[in-house]
Amino acid sequence: MAREQSAFITVEKPEQGIVVIVPSTDIDMSRSPELRTAIRQEMGGGVHKMIVDLEDVHYMDSSGLATLVEAMRNAGKSDTKLVICKMNQKVSAIFEIARLDSFFSIVDTRDEAVSL
Amino acid sequence: MHEGPQIELKLISDPMYLCGARELVGCIARRIGFDDMDCSKITLAVDEALSNIIRHGYNKSFDKPIWIGITPIKPSAESIGGIIITIDDEAKQVDPCTMKGRELEDVRPGGLGVHIIREVMDEVRYEKRAKVGMRMIMTKRAVRPEESPRLSDTGSGNRSDQEQGACKVTSVCKKSSKSLPR
Repeated sequence: MAREQSAFITVEKPEQGIVVIVPSTDIDMSRSPELRTAIRQEMGGGVHKMIVDLEDVHYMDSSGLATLVEAMRNAGKSDTKLVICKMNQKVSAIFEIARLDSFFSIVDTRDEAVSL
Repeated sequence: MHEGPQIELKLISDPMYLCGARELVGCIARRIGFDDMDCSKITLAVDEALSNIIRHGYNKSFDKPIWIGITPIKPSAESIGGIIITIDDEAKQVDPCTMKGRELEDVRPGGLGVHIIREVMDEVRYEKRAKVGMRMIMTKRAVRPEESPRLSDTGSGNRSDQEQGACKVTSVCKKSSKSLPR
């Protein structure tokens, strides 16, 4: 398993064509640019599935949502499937408040995300 | 008796301090008696308000002043209390009536902050400050545990609450006549 580290975002490549983005901090206006950069860097180039694992994200604001909306749009353009997994209830509530819960593919576990 | 906010925080418009503002507001909201989910919503509203000031009010200048004031609403015979949060800045003044979120059906990055604030708080009001800048005043009232909504139930998003008038989301546009002590 290839594994790359950055300050707050881990990028895992569990198998060919699948990339998992794992932020390890709350995502607000100060952190969302880093998430955006990581997603942009990994999108395309033979990646057919990108998974964003939010297990360690206990808080997200609208800048985080905007980053994921942008990622979803770019995924569509580059023929990549974007899946979000392991959201906690508070982060999930923010998706619902913004009525974006049905816009994304959201599953509970990493295994579900891989097999989706 | 002291009038106005009982605790105030001054910060510069640097996003790295958003976490500190969230911690303070969340901690006090919890102490007032809000449950975990309401504390999370209140901190989200404050975060969104601050982010909007930094992004739009100050055009991402990270060294401008912002003041957060917190006033608990004490329980009474009519109310079980709540929290009033004021956020002041020295950004360019705009017509308070123009402070609107975008339509959610138009899914695109950005523009969600005002919508989220109005969804999670009971009352939201914008004013022009007397000389310079804007003031935002938002109120959240605590509910008794048996009245607590589902985690994702929110003010204007909850149809039954709306119909019963149980949760008012208001927007009042007016110019502040009070001078600020700053």
